[in-house]
Amino acid sequence: MKVLVPIKRVIDYNVKVRVKADNSGVELNNVKMSMNPFDEIAVEEAIKLKEVGKVTEIVVVSIGPDKAADVMRTAMAMGADRGILVKTDAALDLGGVEPLAVAKTLKALVDKESPDFVIMGKQSIDDDSNQTGQMLAALLGWAQGTFASKVVLGDGKVDVTREVDGGLETVSLKLPAVITTDLRLNEPRYVKLPDIMKAKKKELEEITPEDLDVDYTPRLTVVSVSEPPVRSGGVKVASVDELIDKLKNEAKVI
Amino acid sequence: MPVLVIAQHNNSTINPATLNTVTAARKIDADVHVLVAGSDNQAAADAAAKIHGVKKVIKVDAPELEKRLAENHAPVIAANADGYSHILAPATTFGKNVMPRVAALLDTQQISDIIDVIDGDTFKRPIYGGQAIAEVKSSDSQKVITVRPTAFDAVDADGGSAEASDGAASGDAGLSSFVGLEASESDRPDLSSAKIVVSGGRGFGSKENFAMIEALADKLGAAIGASRAAVDSGYVPNDYQVGQTGKVVAPELYIAVGISGAIQHLAGMKDSKVIVAINKDEEAPIFSIADYGLVADLFDAVPELTDKL
Ligand SMILES: Cc1cc2nc3c(=O)[nH]c(=O)nc-3n(C[C@H](O)[C@H](O)[C@H](O)COP(=O)(O)OP(=O)(O)OC[C@H]3O[C@@H](n4cnc5c(N)ncnc54)[C@H](O)[C@@H]3O)c2cc1C
Ligand SMILES: Nc1ncnc2c1ncn2[C@@H]1O[C@H](COP(=O)(O)O)[C@@H](O)[C@H]1O
Repeated sequence: MKVLVPIKRVIDYNVKVRVKADNSGVELNNVKMSMNPFDEIAVEEAIKLKEVGKVTEIVVVSIGPDKAADVMRTAMAMGADRGILVKTDAALDLGGVEPLAVAKTLKALVDKESPDFVIMGKQSIDDDSNQTGQMLAALLGWAQGTFASKVVLGDGKVDVTREVDGGLETVSLKLPAVITTDLRLNEPRYVKLPDIMKAKKKELEEITPEDLDVDYTPRLTVVSVSEPPVRSGGVKVASVDELIDKLKNEAKVI
Repeated sequence: MPVLVIAQHNNSTINPATLNTVTAARKIDADVHVLVAGSDNQAAADAAAKIHGVKKVIKVDAPELEKRLAENHAPVIAANADGYSHILAPATTFGKNVMPRVAALLDTQQISDIIDVIDGDTFKRPIYGGQAIAEVKSSDSQKVITVRPTAFDAVDADGGSAEASDGAASGDAGLSSFVGLEASESDRPDLSSAKIVVSGGRGFGSKENFAMIEALADKLGAAIGASRAAVDSGYVPNDYQVGQTGKVVAPELYIAVGISGAIQHLAGMKDSKVIVAINKDEEAPIFSIADYGLVADLFDAVPELTDKL
């Protein structure tokens, strides 16, 4: 089976975000960027499935600037076979390429590549949209298995266990399908230096949104980006007794 | 134009997050209708008709809608969305799963997890795990929105008397089927709406030790939450996770025990009214947002606190 794995280059999850002084967005200059953590989980799952012989080819896709090639090389060092970069310099967090446009791009690529399934992150940690996988599934008329913590590939179908509010739900999906990953699906491997060297030789095709005939005009305009209300720390209490006293008599919450 | 709220329900009762969503909808337009799509769902439709401020309830009753399969629900929502300027659902795993699929069917760019309504086109939403707040203006003629329940008060579940009608079903898409639910039910209050939440982290060290927090929660009548590390380590089920990519809570009182206070965790609890942190490391970032911080070993503090309450 062939699998397509969309991966996004985002601000590293350890970075403390700073809002720009003119409130137009957040500071991304000279900030560490990495693969969206949920996408790393998607890449890992695809590789695991290749290791057990169920998947034969892993194609990673990213929509982003030249620099997005870095995260694609990381995915290839982990074990992905080749990559397609859809080049754009538009913003990826907000005011630029939005989830619907990403989903349309991915649909065009699915039409070209005909994968048996797509596995991707449930959420980008920059825009926190949690939309693209579901939208892609709708555009393709495919089934969707979102927030996956377990994926069992069968014959013409895939069983996906989903992290939902009430616990763990299992659904059976007809293939082809779109799967989006949650944190418990697996633990992504670390890449080793020799693999990074090998990954440099893997094929990375570059195309443009125009090649795919997808319109990136945003539907949402950014009015402003601001700091959230700051919550200042309160006091330290010296003992459990003092804590109980404060909660009872000062905060009056118990 | 009227606005449409998609009810979250289990065919007999309405999930409380729906009530917060109605509040958000009423900030857009007073003419709020509710779609109750399910199977054998008359009881849920009746309950929806009683929600304060709801003018009309549309019930769609079809066997393929019994479970909340997105492949079957999204076409029904899209088909019943005609004539509505806005379609809203709670940003629960139900809303997060189904609404983007609806948005794509309607060719509209969804606005996720709104925390404020400025006007019918303009909304506020957190980005970067709540480290920034974006105000965005939509140019789509029909807007699909998910609503962060904790950011809006709940309307009364009673007092309304909405007109009832039936909506069209779309049939079984034949793409997916429900296999089972491993429910993590407990007798404690629901984490998303509890007044008091006691959360534990990696500091507990083991599932056995984590049980300590249950005694404390029982004393306080509290719901139990957890950090990602506690869930990953198997101390508690997945749906206990509070944070950027888990549940968002905003109780009257949030007690974080053995949790360091990573940005991703804070994203899910920093709007709580009163925050208590118990941690043995006085440098732990959680203290920077706690109203009351206790630097202590949790293995001493938690039993003592439970005893003395
Ligand atoms: C994509 C992504 C999404 C994420 N989403 C979430 C999310 O939704 N929610 C979430 O919580 N995290 C999330 N995380 C993880 C987050 O970054 C942190 O790793 C996690 O919150 C840490 O959990 P913790 O505080 O329990 O563990 P740690 O950071 O290890 O902290 C444990 C704390 O316990 C204290 N401690 C230890 N022993 C004791 C003792 N005996 N007495 C008192 N204190 C003690 C320590 O001082 C320490 O502060 C996410 C991460 C990523 C990459
Ligand atoms: N620019 C992009 N390039 C490749 N994949 C993307 C891009 N944006 C989003 N995705 C995929 O869609 C998932 C969900 O993103 P979002 O809907 O933005 O939260 C991500 O985890 C990625 O797998």
